[in-house]
Amino acid sequence: MPPTLTTVSYLFAGVLFILSLGGLSNQETARRGNLYGILGMGLAILVTALSSQVTGYQVLIPVVLLGAAIGAILAARVAMTSMPELVAVLHSFVGAAAVLVGIASYLDTSVQFSGSELVIHEVEVFIGVFIGAVTFTGSVVAFGKLRGVLSSKALLLPGRNWWNVAMIGVCAYLGYQFVGQPDHGGMPQLMIMTGIASVFGVLMVMAIGGADMPVVVSMLNSYSGWAASAAGFMLSNDLLIITGALVGSSGAILSYIMCAAMNRSFFNVIFGSFGATAKGPQKAQAEQGEITSVSAEDTASLLKDAGSVVIIPGYGMAVAQAQYPLFEVVKTLRDKGVEVRFAIHPVAGRLPGHMNVLLAEAKVPYDIVLEMEEINEDFPATDVVLVIGANDIVNPGALDDPGSPIYGMPVLECWKAKQTIVMKRSMGSGYAGVDNPLFFKSNNDMLFGDAKKTIEAVLGALRG
Amino acid sequence: MKVVIVRESRADERRVAATPDTVSRLTKKLGFEVSVEAGAGTAAGFSDAAFAEAGASIAPSGPASWDADVVLKVNPPTLAEVDQLRPGATLLSFIWPGRSPELVEKLKARNITAFGMDAVPRVSRAQKMDALSSMANISGYRAVTEAANLFGRFFTGQMTAAGKVPPAKVLIIGAGVAGLAAIGTARGLGAIVRAFDTRPAVKEQVESMGAEFLELQFKEDGTGEGGYAKTMSAEFIAAEMALFLAQAKEVDVIITTALIPGKPAPKLITEEMVRAMRPGSVVMDLAAEAGGNCELTKPGSVVTEHGVHICGYLDLPSRLAPTASQLYGMNLVHFLTDLGGAQKWNVNLSDEVLRGALITHQGEVLWPPPRIEHPKETGKEATAIAVVPPPSAEELSRKKAKRSAAVLLGLFALLILVGLGAPPAFVGHLTVFVLACFVGWQVVWSVTAALHTPLMSVTNAISGIIIVGGMLQVSGPLSSPVTILGAAAILLSTINIAGGFLVTSRMLKMFTK
Repeated sequence: MPPTLTTVSYLFAGVLFILSLGGLSNQETARRGNLYGILGMGLAILVTALSSQVTGYQVLIPVVLLGAAIGAILAARVAMTSMPELVAVLHSFVGAAAVLVGIASYLDTSVQFSGSELVIHEVEVFIGVFIGAVTFTGSVVAFGKLRGVLSSKALLLPGRNWWNVAMIGVCAYLGYQFVGQPDHGGMPQLMIMTGIASVFGVLMVMAIGGADMPVVVSMLNSYSGWAASAAGFMLSNDLLIITGALVGSSGAILSYIMCAAMNRSFFNVIFGSFGATAKGPQKAQAEQGEITSVSAEDTASLLKDAGSVVIIPGYGMAVAQAQYPLFEVVKTLRDKGVEVRFAIHPVAGRLPGHMNVLLAEAKVPYDIVLEMEEINEDFPATDVVLVIGANDIVNPGALDDPGSPIYGMPVLECWKAKQTIVMKRSMGSGYAGVDNPLFFKSNNDMLFGDAKKTIEAVLGALRG
Repeated sequence: MKVVIVRESRADERRVAATPDTVSRLTKKLGFEVSVEAGAGTAAGFSDAAFAEAGASIAPSGPASWDADVVLKVNPPTLAEVDQLRPGATLLSFIWPGRSPELVEKLKARNITAFGMDAVPRVSRAQKMDALSSMANISGYRAVTEAANLFGRFFTGQMTAAGKVPPAKVLIIGAGVAGLAAIGTARGLGAIVRAFDTRPAVKEQVESMGAEFLELQFKEDGTGEGGYAKTMSAEFIAAEMALFLAQAKEVDVIITTALIPGKPAPKLITEEMVRAMRPGSVVMDLAAEAGGNCELTKPGSVVTEHGVHICGYLDLPSRLAPTASQLYGMNLVHFLTDLGGAQKWNVNLSDEVLRGALITHQGEVLWPPPRIEHPKETGKEATAIAVVPPPSAEELSRKKAKRSAAVLLGLFALLILVGLGAPPAFVGHLTVFVLACFVGWQVVWSVTAALHTPLMSVTNAISGIIIVGGMLQVSGPLSSPVTILGAAAILLSTINIAGGFLVTSRMLKMFTK
């Protein structure tokens, strides 16, 4: 296959990837977008396999088949509530692959560079391996946290930002030494740097708490893209560069959107762990009042008599797997003529868009699932708001208590509705450790218990 | 201090300015000596004995009974009755100073301190003395029961063994206190209720009462002074009339409550609309006193035109005399409390509410009161939340523009540096890289939030493109480290590709409308 043909095929694959991302902009075209992605990837692999540089089919074919089988099994088995874990572990694969490709590229003698090209190539290798290693270990830790193997609490080492600076400084120094070593003599530096970068990735993600996971996961997504891009630079492969850049900027945008939804800067999320910036939650500010609790039967009759109901799901719903009975409740209410809608806060759950996927899994039609901006002004005209396993995203303190650590974060203003019912396991505070004045409002009732069981009880009462 | 409750002289007036309950409040709480003109409460069902039991003395009926420091009444006194008042006495009643200047002159001449219960300012603090609202509430309720009486069918729909009866459809025009009360009552009887008002702010209140709020495809805010509506533009009225005509063909009962202060009531229901209504339908005109909202209204009576009953009763509150008397009596008690009761009696002219209601005082006409600016929505609590004022949009966009200019400049400088030192091949790759970043940036912004998870898994699969890097490295000898590393990279990225795309398509299949 002539090299020019390879190049234009790569170009076309790049176009397909762009169309793929564009296709995901709405639900109608999303499936087509995924198809474009598959086509682009198939084309890229085929063209690479046919190019003159590749002859090792006896290795290539079995490995590809094995990988595809593992991937397919993973994809078929994963529960939708475990999506965050799957995404995290897949990120770690890209990171590991980038490290391997980088090291192999350094050792590879088939392509010879000289002069400034050699320097640039070595710098590219070094950076590519660094990003890959950080992505790899960071994603592994994120996976552990999401899986529950590691504590989801933020682990903060004393003076950790100095540690970070020191590690990056050492890596930079190693890089300075690495470049220009004759005969691949830079291996020791490269390996030490890989080790340090791995530790760096671990510490970075360890320091981030559970509710900030959407930011971290999308940030790692971005890193995996940059790692691919760096590999493209070192292999002089434009397709890798283009694709890596697409993925990298996509992840960066997602992280930005998540940060904006929490009214925090990216640096605040990554380097200033929660609670360290706000000078301690000012609990005194929260006006303690009476908490009224309500039974599942009363909740059912409130819902039945309401004209309009809005449901706000949070991570608690995902944990309890309550989306299926919840949709049965929604169907029953809709049959009775009650208008039911869902309100999704951008950072609800542990992955951007996590709630949407769970609701879609339970067959909730997506046109009744609304975003925060779309629904916030409808709350005053809403009869009943049902909050399921969410806390900080419905905290009125974010708007009116400047002492609150989450002050300024846009929240779902559900307290403006006539009645709110909060389903919760206990009176524990949310991730941010802030009291929620919503619970004490006179138009709020608490419905304690496991979300799934409670919703099933409500469903029973509705049908009974 | 002596307070007297006098008998109403107007024909068919059944209300009285106090009930035994309010009398006992006047005597026990406020310390007044209360006297009731014999027979004052008879029409409302309160006997003289009941008043006596509550602590009042009964004065024989006649002009002499009016001799007291404070006279409580419902209707404005007639000119002859003013002469029965003790000079310098205080009068609390409806006065309607705008309608009878002679009465105001006469009160002034007799040096009466006259408070018009109709002139109490409509502010939050004065709600408990707002006799107009009390009476309007009763009118709204009574309008529905009167209409139900005239209407030959059920209000509620019923399925009986003998057949089906459809529910009545009620249109309520003007969602003030009376209108809202009418909505509640009609809903309670089981009718389908719609309401119309020129003030968009009341939509929420209407819907909270369970009625449908009719809207015009026309934007004009009819909110006027003191919670009332103002006169609307000609185009608006045309659109409004078209709506009413369409509704007239559909509904069974129309209740109109549209009043504009100081002006004759707007004519909203034309003869044509009445003709469009089904025979047996009812029009209740609560604005009859101000001329009526319906062209065919005859104030004070029921007429049947084109088979439609048009009711223009003027005395709806009086038809519910016991309740009306009790509520009006309580309004008076609250007003007298604000005046300080018997012990601390003080006509405080700087009190906004008292001053607003004061018509004549010490030989002077004090009506209308000086204007005081009020927030538009009286009675509604303003929720004040301390918020740091956000910078204006203009300021923000200027800041943004500055920042992006700086970023672009910095980027350009960096590119020039690269261009000076780097080999051509690298510059070529860099071009591709930077452009791809921008393309990704632009494309991803349009992704809807609901699809962020699929986006992530698809980009994840795509980032498996690093497989290409591995593929380029497996063609050496099998045992070389490069081949082994490359093979491992291929394995990992294939898992990624297959897993990412498959799980994405699994997710996307779930997104259904």
